[in-house]
Amino acid sequence: MASSESIVKFCGVSKRYGEGPIVLEAIDLEMARGDFVSLIGPSGCGKSTVLKLVAGLNPWTSGEISVAGTTPRRARDRQAFIFQDATLLPWLTTQQNVELPLKLRRDPLPERIAKAREMLALVALDQVGGYYPRQLSGGMKMRASLARALTLSPQLLLLDEPFGALDEMTRFRLNEELLALRTTAPFSAIFVTHSVAEAVFLSNRIVIMSANPGRFHAEISVDFAYPRRAELRERSEFQAKVVEVTRLLHEVEEPIRA
Amino acid sequence: MKKVPAVWLWILPVLSGLVFVALWYGVRAASGLQSWILPTPVEILEAAWRERTRLLAAAGNTAGGALGGFLLAAAMGFVTSLLLGVSRSLRASLYPWLLMLQMTPVIVLTPIIVLWAGPGLPGIITVTWLISYFPIVVNMTQGVLSTDINHVGLFRMCNASRWQEMLYLRVPSAMPYFLAGLRIAATLAPIGAIFGEYMVGNSAGGSGGLGFLVYVYNTRIQIPALFATALTSCLLGFIFVAAVSLLNWVVLHQWHDSYERDDH
Repeated sequence: MASSESIVKFCGVSKRYGEGPIVLEAIDLEMARGDFVSLIGPSGCGKSTVLKLVAGLNPWTSGEISVAGTTPRRARDRQAFIFQDATLLPWLTTQQNVELPLKLRRDPLPERIAKAREMLALVALDQVGGYYPRQLSGGMKMRASLARALTLSPQLLLLDEPFGALDEMTRFRLNEELLALRTTAPFSAIFVTHSVAEAVFLSNRIVIMSANPGRFHAEISVDFAYPRRAELRERSEFQAKVVEVTRLLHEVEEPIRA
Repeated sequence: MKKVPAVWLWILPVLSGLVFVALWYGVRAASGLQSWILPTPVEILEAAWRERTRLLAAAGNTAGGALGGFLLAAAMGFVTSLLLGVSRSLRASLYPWLLMLQMTPVIVLTPIIVLWAGPGLPGIITVTWLISYFPIVVNMTQGVLSTDINHVGLFRMCNASRWQEMLYLRVPSAMPYFLAGLRIAATLAPIGAIFGEYMVGNSAGGSGGLGFLVYVYNTRIQIPALFATALTSCLLGFIFVAAVSLLNWVVLHQWHDSYERDDH
């Protein structure tokens, strides 16, 4: 992660859906390899849209985007998307779900199986590979989803509020696991969240966005050294960072109308 | 709500059946109707036993026509739905005409079908197909369209081809809908075949199906045998529905929410 080459670059990017209102306006972002960037802001500020533009799932209206030195679509094989719910295919076993990206790439079956086993072990799901998704808890599903995303060793992970539906203890544990995974599978990440504590714990950069239209309001760097452990949350510097980000969030809050 | 003990779920339908039979005898006794207008259940069973060879042979012929039309409808419905599901313009061009085909009463179309396909099995299969096809297409097309948008995003991120998206995503996610369509079609297929036979007269080389027996018994005023034919048709329908239910279980019980699992 020493390289300073940028993995994602936005230059004055704007986006509107059809003739609708502008959802993103003049976004500039340069992400170095190894960066873990969290996007935080009020609902409807276009956080998820940023992810979809990087993924090449939606076209943008103006400006320039490059991912890993090429266009978002061409860089797809170097990125993986993690959705708000685990999006496992319910008719496949956990093992088969993790194999899916390899299957779609037409890798031979024995390699697929071996790789999926390895990924499942990485997220401590090796005992439940034969289970169907509905037999897994919410946290296990999300871990399976992580394992699936990491099978192709992506350089960039795009996470759209992946832990939003989980209880706080599970969320904390998965935050720790996500960071731990970076030691075996180094990846850069863009992480969309509503949780300030989660953003501070995970990222080295936090971007606070404002809505109508979506803009980058402020950016904060978080300099705690990786690897970070659960104890970090109890330190006063951590709490101070949470307060700092929360204050910035209050600035972009929509005024409450009576 | 209090939970009904499992054994009652078996006893209750038997009890309600007995009440129904008792009412039947009551009506017969009170009205003084004769056997050839309202036969008793025992008279119907007697007629069924007497006519068992003809009924079974006829049921076999009907099952053949019904199965042929059903399978044709299932195969064509499956393919049509995939096409309709992926192409908006195809949907716009074909849906109104499919609807029109369904709105046209089968009784109007049957003589035309007989004229074109000829009497016998081909005509009967066509009538059965006509009545079973629409519910399969409507359900499965809905299924193909209901594919989870995030799953589609996942496949796009993996650079999946359209074929892979169809084969590994849209088809499996539409399976519950397809099977729901099959289930409706399974109740309709024997009815379609019997109706076809009634209109066509015979099937499978002149030996005749249940629909033909309806015609025969009716003209001979063998009313208990007519009731027995109804009973046989009903049993045939049950076999069709049971087969689809079995298929439904085989395909879905592992993963679909309609089958609850308590063991995990």
